[in-house]
Amino acid sequence: MELKASMAGSVWKINVAQGDSVNEGEDVIILESMKMEIPIPAEKTGTLQKLNVAEGDFVNEGDVLAVIE
Amino acid sequence: MIKKVLIANRGEIAARIIRTCKQMNITTVAVYSEADQKADFTKMADECYLIGPPRVNESYLNAEKIISIAKQAKVDAIHPGYGFLSESDQFAGKCEEAGITFIGPKASVMKQMGSKVLARQLMEKAGVPTIPGTKEALATAEEALNAAQDIGYPIMLKASAGGGGIGMQVVENDEELVRAFESNAKRAKTFFGNGDMFLEKKLKNARHIEVQILADHNGNVIHLFERDCSIQRRNQKVVEEAPSTFISEETRRRMTEAAINAAKALEYTNAGTIEFLVDNKENFYFLEMNTRVQVEHPVSEEITGIDIVEKQIKIAAGESLDISQKDIYTNGHAIEVRIYAEDPVTFMPSPGHVSQITFPNEDYARNEPAITGPSDITHFYDPMIAKLIIHGTDRQDAIAKLTKALQTYRVVGIKTNLPMLQYISEDEIFRKGNVTTAYVQEHYIPNINAK
Repeated sequence: MELKASMAGSVWKINVAQGDSVNEGEDVIILESMKMEIPIPAEKTGTLQKLNVAEGDFVNEGDVLAVIE
Repeated sequence: MIKKVLIANRGEIAARIIRTCKQMNITTVAVYSEADQKADFTKMADECYLIGPPRVNESYLNAEKIISIAKQAKVDAIHPGYGFLSESDQFAGKCEEAGITFIGPKASVMKQMGSKVLARQLMEKAGVPTIPGTKEALATAEEALNAAQDIGYPIMLKASAGGGGIGMQVVENDEELVRAFESNAKRAKTFFGNGDMFLEKKLKNARHIEVQILADHNGNVIHLFERDCSIQRRNQKVVEEAPSTFISEETRRRMTEAAINAAKALEYTNAGTIEFLVDNKENFYFLEMNTRVQVEHPVSEEITGIDIVEKQIKIAAGESLDISQKDIYTNGHAIEVRIYAEDPVTFMPSPGHVSQITFPNEDYARNEPAITGPSDITHFYDPMIAKLIIHGTDRQDAIAKLTKALQTYRVVGIKTNLPMLQYISEDEIFRKGNVTTAYVQEHYIPNINAK
């Protein structure tokens, strides 16, 4: 499952490392956009296979931030 | 004399300050980030200089770079606007060291008011009522739990160095307090470099009413009456009006007097705002003091006919106030609405490309836009893209005109809160003036979701 950015912003915090398990609803990444924090939660429980971004990166709406399997 | 001013800000407030400078024959210098290369305010200024990359830390918060540009451009003064460096006592101090006038109060007073815990203590000393809560800063959740027992829930947890709604949260019980304390203290530490917290009793059915003051360097302090800013989302204002139709003449007298006494006790100079929460019995309590021009200053300008930015510059130049309290009257009623690039229901940001923007052009509509044509609204900065200010003969007239003006307002390409503003302008609760700080949560959101 791909974890996508819900809006343009920058990556404020990454709460999970590659290989970690994540639970459904857990905030994997927190974006910052227009002075607001936008949490990006996991849609289902799994393992974080791939992380495409680092803290401080700019992302556009729809960008794949991470892959959870 | 101030003959040349650098505006250390962006967007609508930079444009608004430049306009008054031009009227005063002052040369203007704009500074901008890479994201703002085509911004309107840069075209309006006589000179403009690139500060750096879009991120605020590398641009509008880069004090060293801004001061070096100010020296290079040989300006007499810096106007900080609101947000960014406007409440940084360190920046004000650096301007002073560089021999440049900071258009605002003294750095020492800014520092005092920047600590909300200290501000509460100083206000109490000046005889201004404060919200029941903690007297000292809290460093741990344990200290907070002890203090909460005396105050009683619901409680507003706040960061002493907080601002813009960051680091504050309402808590209903011990468990929530512990959880909120840790996360908010951490955020405050990250955002403001200080994790000190404090508690205030959460007032129910309260209104947010603030008093605008002007103070010169010769001890003269006047007020420009009050503004009611009760309609807020995420603890940030959306609609502001002046005067308040809720408070009585007697309450108005007591509130403005308290604001003036506070300013005198602090030996405050320049423009400032003392914010109060007012309960349904018209008891008022100090909330915080903003040591800068406020976003909503135009509503006070509209009802008093005084240009607050002009007064700021004249005071900073050392001039005495050329108007006394008895000469200031209110004329009619003014309402300001903020146009945000955001979803009107979830309030989530909506950056993107604006392909077209159309403003209401009636005489009674004052537009203060950050953009006037096709523009990119980036995610780097605050979502406010424009303000609309309406002046009417009375509140009813102002609301009728606001409703009409909003019908012709168009922003194409991104989501904005215009539908929310239209809803509010036509809403009976708003029209009757029965609006408290809980309005958005208790009335707007449930009604919109039911539709």
